[in-house]
Amino acid sequence: METLTQNIQAIPLNHYILLCSIIFAIGVTGVLIRRNAIVIFMSVELMLNSVNLLLTAFSVYRGDATGQVFVFFIMALAAAEVAVGLAIIVMIYRNTNSIDINVLNRLKW
Amino acid sequence: MSTFYFIAFLSIFFSILVISAKNPVHSILYLVLTFFTFTIHYILMNAQFLAVVNFIVYMGAILVLFLYTLMLINLSKESEPRKSNLVKLAAVIGGGCFLVTIVAALKAFKISEPVILHDPNLGLVKNLGKILFNEYLLPFEVSSILLLSAMVGAVLLATKEPKTT
Repeated sequence: METLTQNIQAIPLNHYILLCSIIFAIGVTGVLIRRNAIVIFMSVELMLNSVNLLLTAFSVYRGDATGQVFVFFIMALAAAEVAVGLAIIVMIYRNTNSIDINVLNRLKW
Repeated sequence: MSTFYFIAFLSIFFSILVISAKNPVHSILYLVLTFFTFTIHYILMNAQFLAVVNFIVYMGAILVLFLYTLMLINLSKESEPRKSNLVKLAAVIGGGCFLVTIVAALKAFKISEPVILHDPNLGLVKNLGKILFNEYLLPFEVSSILLLSAMVGAVLLATKEPKTT
């Protein structure tokens, strides 16, 4: 573990922000280009995880453990969100026989 | 140092594959790999507690939940109607604009001090547990209520309604 943590010593904070922004942008693009509801959910998970990573990086940067506690809460919240969301998707599939989100536009009426 | 860049490259590569794979099952498997690279990032930052939680909760629980849902939903037919190319192009441009905005804001900040771990005990379970159960005791209990209500809601939503009512 000592050698592993030595590796991190010289990474600029900018590179962490850049990495997390790129993955967040990939998540946004995934939400926009896919029509499968489950894949859209996975893109949301990707965005949540990039924010988690950035919070941890800032926490290490500032030497403050609060950021990691926040990441823990975000993970608990993501678990709850996934459980309810997938239940909703299963219910939608049972009613419409499809998980294409374009089918759902008749929710308007 | 080069470990970080290699793992970062793998993260970006696999996350692009997640959104571009045609088969949703492949997409989930690539998501597993992406989360594994995130776990390695946590280990590199010596956030051992988060690495273990990320490994167990995300790669273990959440992705198995995704896979089971995909099994329940019959996608054997090549079901997903693709979006038109124009919409895809617009989506990629939208995501790219977002990225450009963030990066431009980053340029304006001019912060590039290295991330240095001053206190090696920062991310260990002992330290985080002390903080979690002293300062953040109330949010911790509230999150347990959140998980309970989410479980009740998921069971309520996913069960079939009886036909008689």
